[in-house]
Amino acid sequence: MKPASFKYYAPESLEEALVLKAQYGDEARILAGGQSLIPAMNFRIMQPTVLLDLNLLAELSYTSSKDSAVLHIGAMTRLSEVEDDPLIADRVALLHESLPYIAHPQIRNRGTVGGNIAHADPAAELPVIALATDSRFRVQSTNGSRWINSDDFFRGYFETAIEPNEILVELEVPFHVTNTGWAFLEVSRRSGDYAMAGIAVLITLDRDYICRQARLVYLNLSDAPLEAKQSADMLVGETLSDELIEQVANKASEEEIMPMESLHATVNYQRHLACILTKRALELAYGRAKET
Amino acid sequence: MSNKRVVSSTINGQQVEFLTEPQQSLLECLRDTLGLTGSKEGCNDGNCGACSVLINNRLVNACLMLGIEIEGKDVVTVEGLADVHELHPVQEAFVLEDGLQCGYCTPGFIVATKALLDKNANPTEDEIRFWLAGNLCRCTGYDKIVRSVRLASQLMNDAKEGLQ
Repeated sequence: MKPASFKYYAPESLEEALVLKAQYGDEARILAGGQSLIPAMNFRIMQPTVLLDLNLLAELSYTSSKDSAVLHIGAMTRLSEVEDDPLIADRVALLHESLPYIAHPQIRNRGTVGGNIAHADPAAELPVIALATDSRFRVQSTNGSRWINSDDFFRGYFETAIEPNEILVELEVPFHVTNTGWAFLEVSRRSGDYAMAGIAVLITLDRDYICRQARLVYLNLSDAPLEAKQSADMLVGETLSDELIEQVANKASEEEIMPMESLHATVNYQRHLACILTKRALELAYGRAKET
Repeated sequence: MSNKRVVSSTINGQQVEFLTEPQQSLLECLRDTLGLTGSKEGCNDGNCGACSVLINNRLVNACLMLGIEIEGKDVVTVEGLADVHELHPVQEAFVLEDGLQCGYCTPGFIVATKALLDKNANPTEDEIRFWLAGNLCRCTGYDKIVRSVRLASQLMNDAKEGLQ
């Protein structure tokens, strides 16, 4: 028996879960897919005293698009369900492209969208995708529910704007608009490992191939997903020449990202990776935007 | 005071009831409580895949689930693949292609391979390697495992054609 002991609750309705979360607050950890929480508990890095298992809440497992502009994904939807969803592959290609980078099939079959986001690991893929797509999150408590924009949501290492009495219940992702190009790239030491660096790019062009909107978001190059706003702004109103792409990549990798040295990559190496990934991702996204 | 709870589920086709503390992993329940020691303990953090099992036909790591979470679920471990008289084609293929050396990772690879072939009957080499990235083998260098998976795919397809 590896984890320390805890009180275990498996509520059968969201209402019941919210009452328990209100009662226990920070003491209660949410068990969603458990693919980060359980290893942390196995090694006793985390020893929650109360575990709130949401796996019986089928009501939190869905993808739906009631209107034509956005997709809603329930927090308990498994990552592999998102990976295999044809509508997501077609309309939110950036999200679809990032899924195979998340660990291995075993993990994606169990891990959830809500867990990946609420855990807020700076090396996780979905927080980066959420920021790049300008998604928002619905959190709920016994007092009701509220929406949090992705740029207010991530506060640093494993820190989010979720209050102790709240549970993340839903993600709202805008569909890509026409003439949008996307790219998601990572460099990791082995397939499925946490990446040393990664990037998500979303750019929208007008009919003359002039960039109207651009978002560059970096993975594991700060203590939270990092949006390089100034670098992205350099693209707006321009056509993407090789020179411009080079300038943007230099600016983002030298000035905007805030890499923290790790065992596997020095700061200089992380900046080098960010620069190369930016160039590759912009070229790929630009090519795709022209085709769509 | 014991905190134990009763869990009932179907394991390898049999109705099973067992007692578990909430903090016991599914792997621990399978191995220590139910005597199903085919699933192996490796890393306990989801890297090695030695404890791969199927829950409702989906491949998962038994070390990253609590035993209590399989209430009402259908579980298949490596022990559930062969029938009394013959090996499962995936097992047969690993034997024929020598897809193992020490054998510790093999139950995980075999269960993961079954999950792959149930989803994709004709995987390419790339698809095989990508799917099995969640299973580590420290002996074979993987080539013989990939060959085993390809043979398993062929054996299963031949068996299906034979039935038609």
